Amino acid sequence: MADRSTFTEQALPHLDGLYAAAMRMTRNPADAEDLVQETMVRAYRGFEGFSDGTNLRAWLYRILTNTFINIYRAKQRRPEQTELGEVEDLYLYNRIGGLEAARMGRSAEDELMDLFSESEVKNAIEELPEQFRIAVLLADVEGFAYKEIAEILDVPIGTVMSRLHRGRKSLQKTLYGFAVQRGLTDPSLSAPVPGGSD
Amino acid sequence: MAEHECDEAISELYSYLDGELNEATVAHIESHLRQCSPCLEAYDFEKELRRMITAKSSEEMPGDLRRRIIDVLDRLDENA
Repeated sequence: MADRSTFTEQALPHLDGLYAAAMRMTRNPADAEDLVQETMVRAYRGFEGFSDGTNLRAWLYRILTNTFINIYRAKQRRPEQTELGEVEDLYLYNRIGGLEAARMGRSAEDELMDLFSESEVKNAIEELPEQFRIAVLLADVEGFAYKEIAEILDVPIGTVMSRLHRGRKSLQKTLYGFAVQRGLTDPSLSAPVPGGSD
Repeated sequence: MAEHECDEAISELYSYLDGELNEATVAHIESHLRQCSPCLEAYDFEKELRRMITAKSSEEMPGDLRRRIIDVLDRLDENA
């Protein structure tokens, strides 16, 4: 077996992040725990073959993602939508950017942190179709660079950028839907658009 | 402000926030933002939105998960 103490020292600190990602992937805590455990087992088994100095964190998330796809995807109870419709750029900004500022008398940025709950943000991420969801959580939740995400998903960087672009916009649309449902904003109003486009 | 400059700035917004643009492009965009407050507002909004999403997607790992994993690794060591 690999050097246990090195593994403990280098890999275990990533557990919190792996768990957070696993939660968004599996959408439930029991599966998320199992997924993280299985990931660590596979990582430990493969650790001897892992070259020191290369990107351990990306490697762990690659195992997590592949394990999710191989084992848990089949278990998902919800039917999986795979495509996303077109969503305009600056979707949320166009609808609430200026409105909130005018209404509240504060900058729109100040309002954003209070505007959505944790569960709304998590639900919005979880509503994304899987390939977009994984890209968005790797970038926006876990902070990986495009190149790292490309390695983790084993796709070209262009694909990463496309999934992020579309996934993020779709996320904004979902968040806006939550805001409207709560009666927070009137969908018939919208903020002026920079450059006059769209 | 020339509309195509704003279109360009908005199309590069995510790459900018992701830190994926080269220095020259960053300088070009920042120069535009200094002169175009609607684009600057949009950039600031998206930046804050990203910050909010990151902040609100954090998870607390269950207390016993780390212990469970250590136990599993111990068993792997015993069986090796």
